[in-house]
Amino acid sequence: MQDFTGSFRLAGRLIAAADPALVEIVLLSIQVTLSALVVSALIGLPLGATLAISRFPGRHGLVILCNALMGLPPVVVGLLVYMMLSNAGPLGVLQLLYTPTAMVIAQTVLITPILIALTRQVIADLNHEYAETFHSLGVPAHTAIAALLWDGRFSLLTVLLAGFGRAIAEVGAVMIVGGNINHVTRVMTTAIALETSKGELALALALGLILLAIALGVNALTSMINAPDGKRSHVRSA
Amino acid sequence: MSEVLDFTPPRRPSRNAHRLAASPMPLQVRGLSLELEGKRLLDQVDLTLLDNGITVILGPNGAGKTLLLKCLHGLCQPTSGTVLWHVDGLERPPVLEVRKAQALVQQKPVLLRRSVLANLKFAAKLRYSPIPQGLLENALALARLDHLASHAARTLSGGEQQRLALARALILKPKVLFLDEPAANLDPASTVLIEEAIRAAQSAGTKIVLITHGLSQARRLADNIVFLHRGRILEHSPADKFFSEPATVEAEAYVRGEIVL
Ligand SMILES: Nc1ncnc2c1ncn2[C@@H]1O[C@H](COP(=O)(O)OP(=O)(O)O)[C@@H](O)[C@H]1O
Ligand SMILES: [Mg+2]
Repeated sequence: MQDFTGSFRLAGRLIAAADPALVEIVLLSIQVTLSALVVSALIGLPLGATLAISRFPGRHGLVILCNALMGLPPVVVGLLVYMMLSNAGPLGVLQLLYTPTAMVIAQTVLITPILIALTRQVIADLNHEYAETFHSLGVPAHTAIAALLWDGRFSLLTVLLAGFGRAIAEVGAVMIVGGNINHVTRVMTTAIALETSKGELALALALGLILLAIALGVNALTSMINAPDGKRSHVRSA
Repeated sequence: MSEVLDFTPPRRPSRNAHRLAASPMPLQVRGLSLELEGKRLLDQVDLTLLDNGITVILGPNGAGKTLLLKCLHGLCQPTSGTVLWHVDGLERPPVLEVRKAQALVQQKPVLLRRSVLANLKFAAKLRYSPIPQGLLENALALARLDHLASHAARTLSGGEQQRLALARALILKPKVLFLDEPAANLDPASTVLIEEAIRAAQSAGTKIVLITHGLSQARRLADNIVFLHRGRILEHSPADKFFSEPATVEAEAYVRGEIVL
Protein backbone atom coordinates (compact mmCIF):
# COMPACT_ATOMS: atom_id res chain seq x y z
CA MET A 1 0.00 0.00 0.00
CA GLN A 2 2.75 2.35 1.04
CA ASP A 3 4.41 1.65 -2.31
CA PHE A 4 1.28 2.40 -4.30
CA THR A 5 0.73 5.69 -2.56
CA GLY A 6 4.25 6.68 -3.46
CA SER A 7 3.72 5.61 -7.06
CA PHE A 8 0.56 7.66 -7.32
CA ARG A 9 2.34 10.69 -5.93
CA LEU A 10 5.17 10.21 -8.40
CA ALA A 11 2.73 9.70 -11.27
CA GLY A 12 0.97 12.95 -10.36
CA ARG A 13 4.31 14.71 -10.34
CA LEU A 14 5.22 13.29 -13.77
CA ILE A 15 1.98 14.56 -15.24
CA ALA A 16 2.16 17.94 -13.54
CA ALA A 17 5.72 18.49 -14.70
CA ALA A 18 4.91 17.32 -18.23
CA ASP A 19 7.78 14.87 -18.00
CA PRO A 20 9.45 14.72 -21.44
CA ALA A 21 9.44 10.90 -21.61
CA LEU A 22 5.76 10.87 -20.71
CA VAL A 23 4.88 13.59 -23.22
CA GLU A 24 6.81 11.85 -25.98
CA ILE A 25 4.89 8.62 -25.45
CA VAL A 26 1.52 10.33 -25.24
CA LEU A 27 2.14 12.39 -28.38
CA LEU A 28 3.29 9.34 -30.35
CA SER A 29 0.19 7.42 -29.26
CA ILE A 30 -2.12 10.18 -30.35
CA GLN A 31 -0.25 10.67 -33.61
CA VAL A 32 -0.36 6.97 -34.47
CA THR A 33 -4.02 6.58 -33.58
CA LEU A 34 -5.13 9.76 -35.35
CA SER A 35 -3.27 8.64 -38.48
CA ALA A 36 -4.95 5.25 -38.31
CA LEU A 37 -8.28 6.96 -37.77
CA VAL A 38 -7.86 9.19 -40.81
CA VAL A 39 -6.96 6.25 -43.05
CA SER A 40 -9.79 4.13 -41.65
CA ALA A 41 -12.26 6.96 -42.10
CA LEU A 42 -11.21 7.46 -45.71
CA ILE A 43 -11.89 3.77 -46.33
CA GLY A 44 -14.69 3.08 -43.87
CA LEU A 45 -17.04 6.02 -44.37
CA PRO A 46 -17.53 5.70 -48.15
CA LEU A 47 -17.48 1.91 -48.02
CA GLY A 48 -19.96 1.76 -45.14
CA ALA A 49 -22.21 4.23 -46.89
CA THR A 50 -22.01 2.29 -50.13
CA LEU A 51 -22.89 -0.93 -48.33
CA ALA A 52 -25.82 0.86 -46.75
CA ILE A 53 -27.46 2.13 -49.90
CA SER A 54 -26.45 -0.12 -52.75
CA ARG A 55 -27.81 -3.51 -53.66
CA PHE A 56 -25.39 -5.88 -55.33
CA PRO A 57 -24.78 -9.61 -55.15
CA GLY A 58 -22.59 -10.47 -52.20
CA ARG A 59 -23.51 -7.34 -50.31
CA HIS A 60 -25.13 -9.28 -47.50
CA GLY A 61 -22.03 -11.46 -47.17
CA LEU A 62 -19.85 -8.35 -46.95
CA VAL A 63 -22.03 -6.92 -44.19
CA ILE A 64 -21.72 -10.16 -42.21
CA LEU A 65 -17.98 -10.22 -42.84
CA CYS A 66 -17.58 -6.67 -41.52
CA ASN A 67 -19.62 -7.43 -38.45
CA ALA A 68 -17.48 -10.50 -37.84
CA LEU A 69 -14.23 -8.57 -38.42
CA MET A 70 -15.35 -6.06 -35.78
CA GLY A 71 -14.63 -8.72 -33.21
CA LEU A 72 -11.13 -9.53 -34.49
CA PRO A 73 -8.79 -10.20 -31.57
CA PRO A 74 -6.11 -7.44 -31.73
CA VAL A 75 -3.25 -9.90 -31.25
CA VAL A 76 -4.43 -11.81 -34.31
CA VAL A 77 -4.47 -8.55 -36.28
CA GLY A 78 -0.98 -7.90 -34.97
CA LEU A 79 0.18 -11.32 -36.05
CA LEU A 80 -1.29 -10.95 -39.54
CA VAL A 81 0.20 -7.50 -40.05
CA TYR A 82 3.51 -8.79 -38.69
CA MET A 83 3.52 -11.58 -41.25
CA MET A 84 2.72 -9.14 -44.05
CA LEU A 85 5.48 -6.73 -43.05
CA SER A 86 8.22 -9.13 -41.97
CA ASN A 87 11.14 -9.68 -44.32
CA ALA A 88 9.62 -12.92 -45.58
CA GLY A 89 6.23 -11.32 -46.05
CA PRO A 90 4.79 -9.78 -49.24
CA LEU A 91 5.41 -6.24 -47.97
CA GLY A 92 8.81 -7.03 -46.46
CA VAL A 93 10.68 -4.85 -48.95
CA LEU A 94 9.06 -1.78 -47.46
CA GLN A 95 10.95 -2.39 -44.21
CA LEU A 96 8.08 -1.11 -42.13
CA LEU A 97 8.21 -3.54 -39.23
CA TYR A 98 8.93 -1.85 -35.87
CA THR A 99 8.09 1.60 -37.19
CA PRO A 100 5.19 3.87 -36.24
CA THR A 101 3.82 3.22 -39.74
CA ALA A 102 3.49 -0.46 -38.90
CA MET A 103 1.45 0.49 -35.84
CA VAL A 104 -0.73 2.78 -37.94
CA ILE A 105 -1.34 -0.12 -40.32
CA ALA A 106 -2.23 -2.50 -37.47
CA GLN A 107 -4.65 -0.04 -35.89
CA THR A 108 -6.15 0.74 -39.28
CA VAL A 109 -6.79 -2.95 -39.92
CA LEU A 110 -8.27 -3.22 -36.46
CA ILE A 111 -10.75 -0.33 -36.63
CA THR A 112 -11.66 -0.14 -40.32
CA PRO A 113 -14.21 -2.98 -40.00
CA ILE A 114 -15.70 -1.17 -37.00
CA LEU A 115 -15.99 2.05 -38.96
CA ILE A 116 -17.50 0.26 -41.95
CA ALA A 117 -20.06 -1.63 -39.87
CA LEU A 118 -21.12 1.31 -37.71
CA THR A 119 -21.18 3.69 -40.68
CA ARG A 120 -23.33 1.24 -42.59
CA GLN A 121 -25.80 1.16 -39.71
CA VAL A 122 -25.97 4.95 -39.34
CA ILE A 123 -26.34 5.54 -43.07
CA ALA A 124 -28.82 2.69 -43.54
CA ASP A 125 -31.08 4.19 -40.89
CA LEU A 126 -30.88 7.63 -42.47
CA ASN A 127 -31.32 6.20 -45.94
CA HIS A 128 -34.45 4.40 -44.80
CA GLU A 129 -35.84 7.84 -44.15
CA TYR A 130 -34.45 9.56 -47.26
CA ALA A 131 -34.56 6.84 -49.93
CA GLU A 132 -38.01 7.48 -51.34
CA THR A 133 -37.44 11.21 -51.46
CA PHE A 134 -34.06 10.79 -53.15
CA HIS A 135 -35.62 8.46 -55.69
CA SER A 136 -38.41 10.93 -56.28
CA LEU A 137 -35.99 13.83 -56.73
CA GLY A 138 -33.82 11.76 -59.06
CA VAL A 139 -30.71 12.12 -56.90
CA PRO A 140 -27.69 10.36 -58.44
CA ALA A 141 -26.00 7.73 -56.24
CA HIS A 142 -22.84 9.70 -55.51
CA THR A 143 -24.85 12.77 -54.51
CA ALA A 144 -27.04 10.59 -52.30
CA ILE A 145 -24.02 9.09 -50.52
CA ALA A 146 -22.48 12.51 -49.97
CA ALA A 147 -25.78 13.88 -48.65
CA LEU A 148 -26.26 10.94 -46.30
CA LEU A 149 -22.72 11.27 -44.97
CA TRP A 150 -23.22 14.99 -44.45
CA ASP A 151 -26.64 14.76 -42.83
CA GLY A 152 -25.45 11.89 -40.65
CA ARG A 153 -22.29 13.71 -39.64
CA PHE A 154 -23.03 13.91 -35.93
CA SER A 155 -23.78 10.21 -35.65
CA LEU A 156 -20.71 9.52 -37.76
CA LEU A 157 -18.61 11.59 -35.40
CA THR A 158 -19.55 9.19 -32.62
CA VAL A 159 -18.56 6.34 -34.93
CA LEU A 160 -15.14 7.94 -35.37
CA LEU A 161 -14.82 8.40 -31.62
CA ALA A 162 -15.59 4.72 -31.10
CA GLY A 163 -12.83 3.85 -33.56
CA PHE A 164 -10.42 6.24 -31.87
CA GLY A 165 -11.20 4.83 -28.44
CA ARG A 166 -10.69 1.27 -29.59
CA ALA A 167 -7.42 2.04 -31.40
CA ILE A 168 -5.72 4.09 -28.71
CA ALA A 169 -6.52 1.59 -25.97
CA GLU A 170 -5.26 -1.40 -27.92
CA VAL A 171 -2.00 -3.06 -26.85
CA GLY A 172 -1.51 -6.50 -28.44
CA ALA A 173 -1.28 -5.53 -32.12
CA VAL A 174 0.97 -2.48 -31.71
CA MET A 175 3.22 -4.47 -29.38
CA ILE A 176 3.75 -7.14 -32.03
CA VAL A 177 4.30 -4.86 -35.05
CA GLY A 178 5.80 -1.87 -33.24
CA GLY A 179 8.05 -3.70 -30.84
CA ASN A 180 7.72 -1.08 -28.07
CA ILE A 181 11.08 0.48 -28.94
CA ASN A 182 11.96 3.41 -26.71
CA HIS A 183 11.68 6.80 -28.49
CA VAL A 184 10.51 5.06 -31.68
CA THR A 185 7.44 2.93 -31.23
CA ARG A 186 6.66 3.14 -27.53
CA VAL A 187 3.06 4.16 -27.07
CA MET A 188 0.95 4.48 -23.94
CA THR A 189 -0.41 0.97 -23.82
CA THR A 190 2.85 -0.82 -24.57
CA ALA A 191 4.70 1.44 -22.15
CA ILE A 192 2.20 0.65 -19.41
CA ALA A 193 2.63 -3.07 -20.06
CA LEU A 194 6.42 -2.81 -19.95
CA GLU A 195 6.72 -0.47 -16.96
CA THR A 196 4.27 -2.55 -14.97
CA SER A 197 6.17 -5.74 -15.69
CA LYS A 198 9.36 -4.00 -14.56
CA GLY A 199 7.60 -2.90 -11.40
CA GLU A 200 8.02 0.79 -12.35
CA LEU A 201 4.53 1.78 -11.44
CA ALA A 202 4.88 5.57 -11.49
CA LEU A 203 5.20 6.02 -15.26
CA ALA A 204 2.67 3.23 -15.85
CA LEU A 205 0.18 4.92 -13.56
CA ALA A 206 0.75 8.33 -15.10
CA LEU A 207 0.14 6.94 -18.58
CA GLY A 208 -2.82 4.93 -17.28
CA LEU A 209 -4.39 8.08 -15.87
CA ILE A 210 -3.94 9.91 -19.16
CA LEU A 211 -5.37 6.99 -21.11
CA LEU A 212 -8.30 6.88 -18.73
CA ALA A 213 -8.85 10.62 -19.18
CA ILE A 214 -8.82 10.18 -22.95
CA ALA A 215 -11.33 7.31 -22.74
CA LEU A 216 -13.61 9.31 -20.46
CA GLY A 217 -13.25 12.34 -22.70
CA VAL A 218 -14.23 10.31 -25.75
CA ASN A 219 -17.23 8.95 -23.87
CA ALA A 220 -18.28 12.38 -22.69
CA LEU A 221 -18.00 13.76 -26.23
CA THR A 222 -20.04 10.87 -27.57
CA SER A 223 -22.85 11.37 -25.11
CA MET A 224 -22.78 15.11 -25.73
CA ILE A 225 -23.21 14.52 -29.45
CA ASN A 226 -25.96 11.97 -28.87
CA ALA A 227 -27.77 14.04 -26.26
CA PRO A 228 -31.48 14.23 -27.10
CA ASP A 229 -31.29 17.98 -26.88
CA GLY A 230 -33.69 19.84 -29.14
CA LYS A 231 -31.65 23.01 -28.96
CA ARG A 232 -28.49 21.31 -30.11
CA SER A 233 -30.04 19.63 -33.12
CA HIS A 234 -31.77 22.87 -33.93
CA VAL A 235 -28.62 24.92 -33.91
CA ARG A 236 -26.38 22.38 -35.56
CA SER A 237 -28.56 21.10 -38.31
CA ALA A 238 -29.34 24.64 -39.39
CA MET B 1 -62.43 14.86 -43.00
CA SER B 2 -64.00 18.04 -41.66
CA GLU B 3 -61.94 20.61 -43.49
CA VAL B 4 -61.72 24.05 -42.05
CA LEU B 5 -62.38 25.46 -45.48
CA ASP B 6 -65.50 23.45 -46.11
CA PHE B 7 -67.60 26.32 -47.26
CA THR B 8 -69.36 26.24 -50.59
CA PRO B 9 -66.71 27.57 -52.91
CA PRO B 10 -67.30 30.08 -55.64
CA ARG B 11 -67.09 28.32 -58.99
CA ARG B 12 -64.14 29.44 -60.93
CA PRO B 13 -64.67 30.17 -64.58
CA SER B 14 -63.61 27.11 -66.47
CA ARG B 15 -60.07 27.29 -67.72
CA ASN B 16 -60.65 24.55 -70.25
CA ALA B 17 -60.95 27.03 -73.06
CA HIS B 18 -57.34 28.11 -72.70
CA ARG B 19 -55.93 24.65 -72.63
CA LEU B 20 -57.11 23.09 -75.82
CA ALA B 21 -53.86 23.61 -77.64
CA ALA B 22 -51.75 22.33 -74.79
CA SER B 23 -48.76 20.06 -75.23
CA PRO B 24 -49.44 16.37 -75.86
CA MET B 25 -50.37 14.37 -72.80
CA PRO B 26 -47.30 12.99 -71.08
CA LEU B 27 -48.62 10.03 -69.15
CA GLN B 28 -50.62 6.93 -69.92
CA VAL B 29 -51.53 4.06 -67.62
CA ARG B 30 -52.59 0.71 -69.06
CA GLY B 31 -54.17 -2.10 -67.05
CA LEU B 32 -52.27 -1.28 -63.89
CA SER B 33 -52.85 -3.63 -60.96
CA LEU B 34 -51.11 -3.79 -57.62
CA GLU B 35 -51.24 -6.62 -55.16
CA LEU B 36 -49.65 -6.44 -51.74
CA GLU B 37 -49.85 -9.14 -49.11
CA GLY B 38 -52.35 -11.03 -51.23
CA LYS B 39 -54.71 -8.08 -51.47
CA ARG B 40 -55.55 -6.45 -54.78
CA LEU B 41 -55.16 -2.79 -53.92
CA LEU B 42 -55.25 -1.36 -57.45
CA ASP B 43 -57.35 -3.14 -60.02
CA GLN B 44 -56.93 -2.74 -63.78
CA VAL B 45 -56.42 0.99 -63.73
CA ASP B 46 -56.50 2.70 -67.13
CA LEU B 47 -55.77 6.38 -67.09
CA THR B 48 -54.76 8.94 -69.64
CA LEU B 49 -53.82 12.36 -68.41
CA LEU B 50 -55.52 14.51 -70.95
CA ASP B 51 -54.10 17.98 -70.77
CA ASN B 52 -52.24 20.47 -68.69
CA GLY B 53 -55.09 21.15 -66.30
CA ILE B 54 -55.51 20.03 -62.74
CA THR B 55 -56.52 16.41 -62.36
CA VAL B 56 -57.88 15.57 -58.95
CA ILE B 57 -57.84 11.99 -57.73
CA LEU B 58 -60.78 11.79 -55.39
CA GLY B 59 -61.90 8.92 -53.24
CA PRO B 60 -62.49 7.73 -49.70
CA ASN B 61 -59.71 6.80 -47.30
CA GLY B 62 -58.03 3.58 -48.27
CA ALA B 63 -59.27 3.70 -51.87
CA GLY B 64 -55.69 3.39 -53.12
CA LYS B 65 -55.06 6.99 -54.09
CA THR B 66 -51.61 7.17 -52.55
CA LEU B 67 -50.60 3.82 -54.01
CA LEU B 68 -51.77 4.89 -57.46
CA LEU B 69 -49.79 8.10 -57.25
CA LYS B 70 -46.70 6.19 -56.14
CA CYS B 71 -47.07 3.80 -59.07
CA LEU B 72 -47.40 6.74 -61.47
CA HIS B 73 -44.34 8.35 -59.94
CA GLY B 74 -42.30 5.16 -60.03
CA LEU B 75 -41.99 4.71 -56.27
CA CYS B 76 -43.97 1.54 -56.39
CA GLN B 77 -43.74 -1.33 -58.83
CA PRO B 78 -47.14 -2.45 -60.12
CA THR B 79 -47.90 -6.17 -60.14
CA SER B 80 -49.04 -5.87 -63.74
CA GLY B 81 -49.73 -3.18 -66.28
CA THR B 82 -47.68 -0.29 -67.54
CA VAL B 83 -47.07 3.37 -66.92
CA LEU B 84 -45.99 5.04 -70.15
CA TRP B 85 -44.29 8.39 -70.20
CA HIS B 86 -43.93 10.56 -73.25
CA VAL B 87 -41.27 13.17 -72.81
CA ASP B 88 -40.26 15.58 -75.56
CA GLY B 89 -42.25 13.56 -78.04
CA LEU B 90 -40.25 10.40 -77.36
CA GLU B 91 -42.13 7.11 -77.11
CA ARG B 92 -39.55 5.56 -74.80
CA PRO B 93 -37.67 8.41 -73.17
CA PRO B 94 -34.52 7.72 -71.09
CA VAL B 95 -35.24 6.88 -67.46
CA LEU B 96 -33.50 9.99 -66.23
CA GLU B 97 -35.61 12.20 -68.48
CA VAL B 98 -38.76 10.59 -67.12
CA ARG B 99 -37.53 11.19 -63.59
CA LYS B 100 -36.78 14.82 -64.37
CA ALA B 101 -40.19 15.34 -65.91
CA GLN B 102 -41.98 14.77 -62.63
CA ALA B 103 -41.99 15.70 -58.98
CA LEU B 104 -43.97 14.56 -55.96
CA VAL B 105 -45.06 16.24 -52.77
CA GLN B 106 -45.85 13.50 -50.31
CA GLN B 107 -48.52 13.76 -47.70
CA LYS B 108 -45.87 13.72 -44.99
CA PRO B 109 -42.91 15.29 -46.79
CA VAL B 110 -39.44 14.07 -45.89
CA LEU B 111 -37.12 17.03 -45.59
CA LEU B 112 -33.37 16.85 -45.26
CA ARG B 113 -31.84 17.49 -41.84
CA ARG B 114 -30.70 20.85 -43.00
CA SER B 115 -31.91 24.41 -43.10
CA VAL B 116 -34.90 25.45 -45.17
CA LEU B 117 -32.63 27.18 -47.65
CA ALA B 118 -30.27 24.19 -47.84
CA ASN B 119 -33.21 21.94 -48.66
CA LEU B 120 -34.12 24.15 -51.61
CA LYS B 121 -30.49 24.42 -52.66
CA PHE B 122 -30.14 20.63 -52.64
CA ALA B 123 -33.00 20.32 -55.12
CA ALA B 124 -31.77 23.24 -57.23
CA LYS B 125 -28.31 21.71 -57.60
CA LEU B 126 -29.91 18.63 -59.11
CA ARG B 127 -31.10 20.67 -62.08
CA TYR B 128 -28.93 23.75 -62.33
CA SER B 129 -25.25 24.49 -62.39
CA PRO B 130 -24.79 27.21 -61.44
CA ILE B 131 -28.04 27.96 -59.64
CA PRO B 132 -29.66 30.94 -61.42
CA GLN B 133 -29.79 34.24 -59.57
CA GLY B 134 -32.92 34.61 -57.51
CA LEU B 135 -34.18 31.04 -57.93
CA LEU B 136 -33.91 30.15 -54.25
CA GLU B 137 -35.14 33.57 -53.13
CA ASN B 138 -38.21 33.24 -55.35
CA ALA B 139 -38.90 29.75 -54.06
CA LEU B 140 -38.65 30.99 -50.47
CA ALA B 141 -40.97 33.88 -51.25
CA LEU B 142 -43.46 31.61 -52.97
CA ALA B 143 -43.63 29.37 -49.91
CA ARG B 144 -43.62 32.44 -47.61
CA LEU B 145 -40.66 31.00 -45.79
CA ASP B 146 -38.22 33.90 -46.22
CA HIS B 147 -38.10 34.56 -42.49
CA LEU B 148 -37.35 30.89 -41.78
CA ALA B 149 -34.63 30.39 -44.40
CA SER B 150 -31.91 29.52 -41.92
CA HIS B 151 -34.12 27.42 -39.64
CA ALA B 152 -33.75 23.66 -39.51
CA ALA B 153 -36.38 22.30 -41.87
CA ARG B 154 -37.47 19.69 -39.37
CA THR B 155 -38.39 22.23 -36.74
CA LEU B 156 -40.99 23.81 -39.04
CA SER B 157 -44.68 23.34 -38.43
CA GLY B 158 -46.62 20.86 -40.56
CA GLY B 159 -47.95 23.58 -42.85
CA GLU B 160 -44.55 25.16 -43.28
CA GLN B 161 -43.01 21.79 -44.09
CA GLN B 162 -45.70 21.17 -46.68
CA ARG B 163 -45.04 24.58 -48.24
CA LEU B 164 -41.30 23.89 -48.28
CA ALA B 165 -41.86 20.51 -49.93
CA LEU B 166 -44.01 22.17 -52.58
CA ALA B 167 -41.40 24.87 -53.18
CA ARG B 168 -38.73 22.17 -53.44
CA ALA B 169 -40.80 20.25 -55.98
CA LEU B 170 -41.46 23.38 -58.05
CA ILE B 171 -37.74 24.24 -58.20
CA LEU B 172 -37.37 21.04 -60.23
CA LYS B 173 -39.60 22.57 -62.92
CA PRO B 174 -41.48 19.31 -63.48
CA LYS B 175 -43.79 18.76 -66.41
CA VAL B 176 -46.06 16.78 -64.10
CA LEU B 177 -46.43 17.57 -60.44
CA PHE B 178 -47.97 14.97 -58.14
CA LEU B 179 -49.44 16.15 -54.86
CA ASP B 180 -50.69 13.79 -52.17
CA GLU B 181 -53.22 15.60 -49.98
CA PRO B 182 -51.11 18.76 -50.00
CA ALA B 183 -53.40 20.60 -47.63
CA ALA B 184 -54.35 17.85 -45.21
CA ASN B 185 -54.21 19.14 -41.65
CA LEU B 186 -53.31 22.65 -42.71
CA ASP B 187 -54.84 25.85 -41.42
CA PRO B 188 -56.93 27.92 -43.84
CA ALA B 189 -54.15 30.40 -44.56
CA SER B 190 -51.66 27.68 -45.48
CA THR B 191 -54.30 25.94 -47.57
CA VAL B 192 -54.94 29.11 -49.53
CA LEU B 193 -51.20 29.63 -50.01
CA ILE B 194 -50.70 26.12 -51.27
CA GLU B 195 -53.67 26.24 -53.60
CA GLU B 196 -52.47 29.57 -55.02
CA ALA B 197 -49.04 28.09 -55.64
CA ILE B 198 -50.59 25.05 -57.32
CA ARG B 199 -52.69 27.26 -59.61
CA ALA B 200 -49.67 29.39 -60.44
CA ALA B 201 -47.68 26.29 -61.38
CA GLN B 202 -50.57 25.07 -63.48
CA SER B 203 -50.76 28.40 -65.31
CA ALA B 204 -47.04 28.18 -65.96
CA GLY B 205 -47.66 24.93 -67.82
CA THR B 206 -47.19 22.22 -65.21
CA LYS B 207 -49.62 19.33 -65.30
CA ILE B 208 -51.04 18.90 -61.79
CA VAL B 209 -52.21 15.56 -60.42
CA LEU B 210 -53.55 16.07 -56.95
CA ILE B 211 -55.01 13.69 -54.41
CA THR B 212 -57.62 14.77 -51.98
CA HIS B 213 -60.43 13.23 -50.04
CA GLY B 214 -61.87 16.68 -49.49
CA LEU B 215 -64.79 17.59 -51.72
CA SER B 216 -64.38 21.32 -51.22
CA GLN B 217 -60.76 21.29 -52.34
CA ALA B 218 -61.70 19.16 -55.32
CA ARG B 219 -64.39 21.65 -56.28
CA ARG B 220 -62.01 24.57 -55.93
CA LEU B 221 -59.15 23.09 -57.93
CA ALA B 222 -60.25 20.33 -60.26
CA ASP B 223 -60.51 20.57 -64.01
CA ASN B 224 -61.19 16.88 -64.14
CA ILE B 225 -61.80 14.25 -61.56
CA VAL B 226 -60.57 10.70 -61.28
CA PHE B 227 -62.83 8.93 -58.79
CA LEU B 228 -61.09 5.99 -57.18
CA HIS B 229 -62.98 3.45 -55.15
CA ARG B 230 -61.53 0.23 -53.75
CA GLY B 231 -58.59 0.37 -56.13
CA ARG B 232 -60.69 0.93 -59.22
CA ILE B 233 -61.33 4.02 -61.27
CA LEU B 234 -65.08 4.36 -61.37
CA GLU B 235 -65.13 7.70 -63.12
CA HIS B 236 -62.86 10.03 -64.99
CA SER B 237 -64.72 13.08 -66.12
CA PRO B 238 -64.62 16.89 -66.26
CA ALA B 239 -65.16 18.36 -62.80
CA ASP B 240 -68.46 20.13 -63.67
CA LYS B 241 -69.89 16.92 -64.99
CA PHE B 242 -68.62 14.84 -62.09
CA PHE B 243 -70.22 17.07 -59.50
CA SER B 244 -73.47 17.78 -61.34
CA GLU B 245 -74.19 14.31 -62.68
CA PRO B 246 -71.96 11.61 -61.25
CA ALA B 247 -72.32 8.45 -63.31
CA THR B 248 -71.99 5.85 -60.57
CA VAL B 249 -73.89 5.23 -57.37
CA GLU B 250 -70.64 5.35 -55.39
CA ALA B 251 -69.59 8.69 -56.80
CA GLU B 252 -73.05 10.12 -56.27
CA ALA B 253 -73.00 9.02 -52.63
CA TYR B 254 -69.51 10.44 -52.22
CA VAL B 255 -70.51 13.79 -53.72
CA ARG B 256 -73.49 13.90 -51.38
CA GLY B 257 -71.02 13.48 -48.54
CA GLU B 258 -72.19 10.03 -47.61
CA ILE B 259 -69.52 7.59 -46.57
CA VAL B 260 -68.67 5.08 -49.24
CA LEU B 261 -66.94 1.91 -48.25
N1 LIG C 1 -47.36 -1.55 -48.08
C1 LIG C 1 -48.65 -1.96 -47.98
N2 LIG C 1 -48.92 -3.26 -47.75
C2 LIG C 1 -50.20 -3.67 -47.65
N3 LIG C 1 -51.26 -2.88 -47.77
C3 LIG C 1 -51.06 -1.58 -48.00
C4 LIG C 1 -49.74 -1.04 -48.11
N4 LIG C 1 -49.82 0.28 -48.34
C5 LIG C 1 -51.15 0.55 -48.36
N5 LIG C 1 -51.89 -0.55 -48.16
C6 LIG C 1 -53.35 -0.62 -48.14
O1 LIG C 1 -53.82 -0.20 -49.39
C7 LIG C 1 -55.01 0.53 -49.27
C8 LIG C 1 -54.90 1.83 -50.01
O2 LIG C 1 -53.95 2.63 -49.39
P1 LIG C 1 -53.70 4.14 -49.83
O3 LIG C 1 -53.34 4.19 -51.25
O4 LIG C 1 -52.71 4.73 -48.87
O5 LIG C 1 -55.13 4.79 -49.58
P2 LIG C 1 -55.59 6.30 -49.79
O6 LIG C 1 -56.60 6.28 -50.88
O7 LIG C 1 -56.24 6.71 -48.50
O8 LIG C 1 -54.40 7.11 -50.10
C9 LIG C 1 -55.26 0.70 -47.78
O9 LIG C 1 -56.26 -0.22 -47.40
C10 LIG C 1 -53.95 0.35 -47.15
O10 LIG C 1 -54.15 -0.25 -45.92
MG1 LIG D 1 -53.33 8.54 -49.02
